[in-house]
Amino acid sequence: MIKRSIFKSRGLPYLLILPQILVTVTFFYWPAIKGLLQSFMVTDPFGNRSKFVWFDNFVELLLDPLYLKSVGITLMFSFGTAFVSISLGLIIAAMANRALKFKWTMRTMLIWPYAVAPAISGVLWLFLLHPSFGIVSIFMKKYFQVDWNPVLDGGDAMTMIIMASAWKEISYNFVFFVAGMQAIPKSLIEAAALDGAGPFTRFFRITLPLLSPTLFFLMVMNIIYAFFETFGIIHVITQGGPGGSTNTLVYKIYQDGFVGLNLGSSAAQSVLLMFLIIGITVIQFKYVEKKVQYTG
Amino acid sequence: MKKLLIAVALLAFIVMPAASSAKPVKIYWWHAMRSARGEVANTMIKAFNDSQSEYEVVGAFKGNYDETINAGVAAFRARKQPHILQAFEVGTQTMMLSGAIYPVFKLMKDAKIDVNWDDYLQPVLSYYMNKDGKLLSMPFNSSTPVMYYNKDLFKKAGVKPLSKTKAITWDELGVITGKLVKSGAKGGMVTAWQSWTQVENYSAIHNIPFATKSNGYEGLDCNLTINNKMVVNHISRLMNWSKNKRFVYGGQKYQGPKAEFLAQNVGVYIDSISGIAKLKKAVKDFSWDVAPLPVEASMKVPQNSIIGGASLWVLKGHKKKEYKGVAKFLKFLSNNEMQIYWHKETGYFPITINAYKQLKKDGYYKKNPLQEVGIKQLMRQKPTKISRGLRLGYFIQIRNIINEELELVWNGKKTPQAAMDTAVARSNKELRKFERTYN
Amino acid sequence: MVERTPILDFLTYFFLILGVVIVGFPVLYTIIAATLPLEDVSKVPMPFMFGDQFLVNIKAAWEKGNLGTQILNSFIMATGITIGKITVSLLGAFSIVYFDYKFRVIAFISVFCTLMLPVEVRILPTYEMAAVNFLEPVNYLVNLFSNVELELEWNLLDSYTGLILPLIASATCTFLFRQFFLTVPEELCEAAKMDGASPMTFLRKILIPLSKTNIAALVVIEFVYGYNQYLWPLLITTNPKMITAVIGLQNLIPQADDIPEWNIALAAALLVMLPPILVVLFMQRWFIKGLVDAEK
Repeated sequence: MIKRSIFKSRGLPYLLILPQILVTVTFFYWPAIKGLLQSFMVTDPFGNRSKFVWFDNFVELLLDPLYLKSVGITLMFSFGTAFVSISLGLIIAAMANRALKFKWTMRTMLIWPYAVAPAISGVLWLFLLHPSFGIVSIFMKKYFQVDWNPVLDGGDAMTMIIMASAWKEISYNFVFFVAGMQAIPKSLIEAAALDGAGPFTRFFRITLPLLSPTLFFLMVMNIIYAFFETFGIIHVITQGGPGGSTNTLVYKIYQDGFVGLNLGSSAAQSVLLMFLIIGITVIQFKYVEKKVQYTG
Repeated sequence: MKKLLIAVALLAFIVMPAASSAKPVKIYWWHAMRSARGEVANTMIKAFNDSQSEYEVVGAFKGNYDETINAGVAAFRARKQPHILQAFEVGTQTMMLSGAIYPVFKLMKDAKIDVNWDDYLQPVLSYYMNKDGKLLSMPFNSSTPVMYYNKDLFKKAGVKPLSKTKAITWDELGVITGKLVKSGAKGGMVTAWQSWTQVENYSAIHNIPFATKSNGYEGLDCNLTINNKMVVNHISRLMNWSKNKRFVYGGQKYQGPKAEFLAQNVGVYIDSISGIAKLKKAVKDFSWDVAPLPVEASMKVPQNSIIGGASLWVLKGHKKKEYKGVAKFLKFLSNNEMQIYWHKETGYFPITINAYKQLKKDGYYKKNPLQEVGIKQLMRQKPTKISRGLRLGYFIQIRNIINEELELVWNGKKTPQAAMDTAVARSNKELRKFERTYN
Repeated sequence: MVERTPILDFLTYFFLILGVVIVGFPVLYTIIAATLPLEDVSKVPMPFMFGDQFLVNIKAAWEKGNLGTQILNSFIMATGITIGKITVSLLGAFSIVYFDYKFRVIAFISVFCTLMLPVEVRILPTYEMAAVNFLEPVNYLVNLFSNVELELEWNLLDSYTGLILPLIASATCTFLFRQFFLTVPEELCEAAKMDGASPMTFLRKILIPLSKTNIAALVVIEFVYGYNQYLWPLLITTNPKMITAVIGLQNLIPQADDIPEWNIALAAALLVMLPPILVVLFMQRWFIKGLVDAEK
């Protein structure tokens, strides 16, 4: 799209877009191409030897049950995080929307976790859920007889990183739900109330369906967040363990490439991850959007 | 001719004072020594710089071991490498084959510095030698695992203090940990660095190959052999112990087995000797001691344990004059005064026999008998081809694999045999990848 | 409200307060831990009472963690990314919307595609290039199209440029500005042209003042984004004087080997997370606008 009324100039538009193009080419396309090349090679870390091996790196990955496990882990982690943070965000937003008086105070008290770095959120939750002195784990052990041991139990470790990741994201979801609820015409709700629909019926029959675009948008955003921005949380809390049970795709790229110095495999993983994102984006636009009801 | 001589003399006259008043040649050293150890390293650097004026060593902390290697790799590719890079023992193979290094034996020879290599602790040197017995990197911080135990808990359980020289058997440890649990301790034993202590060192002490081709020293086409009967039995034993809390898995990083020992939740704790200095600081409310690692009853003459830690690699691409300084600095680090200081402050080994003898003569081990347990365990036998060390590509990944598979045993998802079989299969894949990169 | 439902109202407030507590608890607990002496913080369970060691711990954290330098680094990085991103995107969007030229569409699409390449995906080659020589593409292109043997070299390790530059390319900001510019009335541009104003004058005198709220919103979002970066600064800095606060914090977290000084670690965590929280709270209005706008 372009304006009808535009300026005419030969050099200026190029000059204006130049910084953007330079940064994009240098830090996006060039590395992406190099990464693509590297994924077809095996290289020693010091860069003295490299060999072209066609698709070997990819074949190895796709035949490696651990890589496939890591895909599963990533999906579970992303959906888990999205589910927890979206549902909590939705409940709190629904409550805040009812509580007209303190709405803005509530908002202030709820939005700040957005500003906490994922890695710091990881530190806080590590302290809360630490198997030997974390207050929440003591509480769970004592009152729910849970044998909480994220050091050994992959499920517990997963729960731990989901909690740390979801906590931070609640405020993000909250902001969107509140905005979405504000946009729902009052008359609609009032009409339903006159027809005798109770608050719960109204919420599930009217509010929620009308929020579905927001819900869908948040689903995508939360999954993307869980995919990429939670590296710090995993790095701080579990480092992919125990037994590889929290080794997500992004963490594995780091582990294999930077710690293990296996550059070829790490590059191939990056390429596969890129395809996965493109896939998600396509699904997001093509398939899911049709089912969502739009407010217009 | 005469003119020329005068000219040369004049030139020499002009150059000489200039050279002596010139700034010292800078030598960069990137290391991974955090906090207290970093301070000790800095003190050693300062001692060298003060001892002469020709060279100035500049040390820089570059993060943990992985980060330090990474920084070195990136710097080498940018041709901005330091002269000396500290790399952990698992990175030995990668460094050795990097084509980026200046082997230490050659450095010393070229710099015409005489080093009596026989005076060094052989089990330490042998970890960093090539297959012809030539030293490639200078050992720096070397340690070996030992067994710490809580004397108070032992007393309560009715167990006598252990010998500092003669290792107890694993069966005996089984009885001891059983008594500990019975006497009300939350657990028997924990171990740090499980792959290093329970698989790598267990294999060395019992002279079982960890991998074919002399543990990888004699070829990249080696395979792991840790799914052998003895190692599997050992893991099964620990697994059985874990059922009645005689063995407790303490996790790898933040959780940490040490915390369990400090909280007196367990009575026995296996970790590196470099933990001594830290335990001294951290333990306030109980008394503890050190004993050698347990051995199997069938092993009448246990082998030496193997080392962990890191060594100093000299990187290519600098000036001859600078290398002379590097050689001098490395030599300086291994003199008695430095080694004794290093040993006392950090618990790591003194790397020369001379320094060790000096410490003995000074009566240091009379006062600190527990500092000597590790060195005695390390020196108790001449290293065999199997107990001298491990030389594996992608060893970092292999350790991760072993850790992962062991964790699957501890949480009951796999049998020890299945876990070790998978560990071998997965590691061999890594070894093949590595082999292909370098062939 | 539509009807009177005292029980539901009570529940609403109850759940709201519960929500605020759940969201706030990790930080509340952290604050308590940061006020305790070492003996108390290592007790199991830790006493749930404020201690009097807050200032002592803060001071210890500040000195031990070298937080002064690190927070300054984070601040410089966040500010650099914010200013860089906004400037680059503003100019780029202006060029795309207000000019018509040959490569306009291509430029736009190439920027759009970067949405699919988060830094985590191309981390290895980006790091390699930044750490070794980020002018490599320039050399390559110059050598390709001319006879000049160019060997420019510049590595970004341990520099502010390295922390900032690779993160300032952003498709989202460009979109936002493009979207906004498209809503600006055509007449404004017409009038400016009639007055003989140059494109740059139009940008400076009309477009930027109109975009003020958008810019303010982006400032908040991007500042938080920049300050909380983890993976990139983890890799690109090795010099302790250059590391950012979020990374440096990890050095204070007691590991298996250390004395468990959680009180100091958590005091440091509080200090480190404060700046972005303050920015979000004080610029709340812009922040919410920024979040919601980024959706469109």
